[in-house]
Amino acid sequence: MTANEKKELGILACKVRMGVVTATHAAKSGHPGGSLSAADLFTYLYFKEMNIDPANPAWADRDRFVLSKGHTAPGLYAVLALRGFFPVEELTTLRHIGSRLQGHPNMNETPGVDMSTGSLGQGVSCAAGMALSARYQKKDLRVYTLLGDGEIEEGQVWEALMFAHQHKLDNLCVIVDNNGLQIDGRIEDVMSPYPIVDKLAAFGFEVTEIDGSDFEQMEAAFAKARQTKGVPSAIVMKTTKGKGVSFMEGKAGWHGKAPNDEEYAIAMNELNAALAEWEAK
Amino acid sequence: MAELKKIATRDSYGNALAELGREHEDVIVFDADLSGATKTSVFKKAFPDRHFNCGIAEGNMLAVAAGAAAMGLVPFASTFAMFAAGRAFEQVRNSIGYPHLNVKIGATHGGISVGEDGASHQCCEDFATMRSIPGMVVLCPSDDIEAKAAVKAAYEHKGPVYMRFGRLAVPVFHEEGMAFEIGKGEVLRDGRDVAILATGLMSYEALKAAEALKEKGIDARVINLCTIKPLDEELVLRAAAECGKVITCEEHSVIGGLGEAVCALLSEKCPTPVRRIGVNDEFGHSGPAGALLEQFGLCAAHIVEVAEDFCK
Repeated sequence: MTANEKKELGILACKVRMGVVTATHAAKSGHPGGSLSAADLFTYLYFKEMNIDPANPAWADRDRFVLSKGHTAPGLYAVLALRGFFPVEELTTLRHIGSRLQGHPNMNETPGVDMSTGSLGQGVSCAAGMALSARYQKKDLRVYTLLGDGEIEEGQVWEALMFAHQHKLDNLCVIVDNNGLQIDGRIEDVMSPYPIVDKLAAFGFEVTEIDGSDFEQMEAAFAKARQTKGVPSAIVMKTTKGKGVSFMEGKAGWHGKAPNDEEYAIAMNELNAALAEWEAK
Repeated sequence: MAELKKIATRDSYGNALAELGREHEDVIVFDADLSGATKTSVFKKAFPDRHFNCGIAEGNMLAVAAGAAAMGLVPFASTFAMFAAGRAFEQVRNSIGYPHLNVKIGATHGGISVGEDGASHQCCEDFATMRSIPGMVVLCPSDDIEAKAAVKAAYEHKGPVYMRFGRLAVPVFHEEGMAFEIGKGEVLRDGRDVAILATGLMSYEALKAAEALKEKGIDARVINLCTIKPLDEELVLRAAAECGKVITCEEHSVIGGLGEAVCALLSEKCPTPVRRIGVNDEFGHSGPAGALLEQFGLCAAHIVEVAEDFCK
């Protein structure tokens, strides 16, 4: 990855984070914490990895993305808007009556959303169904799905992983956002899903562990996933919940709470500073 | 009435699926380790590459099917009614119903006629859960011919469809080539004293009951309602208005099924006395299907009793 590519991604990720903060502030609700921890991933997927066409969101041969941790819709909406699926200005309609941006993703309302999700543990199954279908349809496309580390406490996730391995879905890439926090606290205190990497490996996945804020590691992990044949791939990324906004970082309380006016101003100042730093590189 | 050939509607389902598979490449089938019982094995034999076992994981299966539908295929997902409409209710609601995906749910072993397996497997709540989902079509065919027609209609319909089939072999009383349309009921017998609205295996029982009632001077109209949702409101309202008394018959709890759907309609648009025949807010138990149906009053004899009392 060239320095310039990295810089571009860094700038975009800052803008995705601003979108998250702006949208949840305008909604006076929503889930900034997990949207921010996955902001770098959203950016990488939509600007580097996935084969998509914002001008033709229903293109049949596009790669698919299923946001299994659907509550982090603000992150997905922000990246979709920046990628050109709909105007960035629309982000402030999040969760409002009449908005296309529902609290959780709705595939029939929002351009670029490939599956309606929100009820945890289901999106990964839908993604597996898409991957299996794409193979049956002889479509050379890939399916990506993002799960929360708390989400994998849902039993259905492991049903889906068994299914993906049984049916050799090597066109499926499962990503786990390991930010370490869920609503009630640290995941190991609530209901530990650890060791995540070992469990995924035991389910037959080709697993890569990365730093979820490192674009070069992402590039390598997705390249490896693309080359993996016969088994599905998984990427477990270590992240920081609330990443990019100092007072949200590492705080479970920011899982599902919106910034008020004052907090919004501080957050945007920080993100603008980070943006300026990337732009100066 | 003449002795009729008997076929379980789950067999009709398997056969109809295989036929659909021959005509349409976009039909794929999912099962959850019950292919032999749900009869998707018939499809599997014909199209092994289009039949996918999901193992004993019904919630995953229904959401996998949603993913397949999102890719433009027409997936038929099968397991017992208990697990499709019960265990996987929320997957059906959120991953299929909410996005209105084109998934066809083939649920077999509905009702207490499951028999010896007992209450844990005798699903009498599936109409209730499935009809509560916006946009869901709910079908319960009464015999082999109607079941095969229903499977074809479900394929043609764009959107989610829940189909309930039975384990027990039931008389085939429809003529081959019957007209079938989702949302349309069928008048099996005209009459003016009481309207008997039935679904599933109760439709033939209702017909038998009407014959017996004729001997007793009661002229019963019999309507077969394969489509529980959307209900054929026009047909039901006309029957209520013309007969003045309505009896509903279903192999399902009296809570949340056809009976309540009919009562809801009539109470708003044509208040009419109604008697509901169904499972009376209780669990089933083990026993031969025929004996259970009699014990729970899901038979012609009981319909006759209720109608006689009603028409006094």
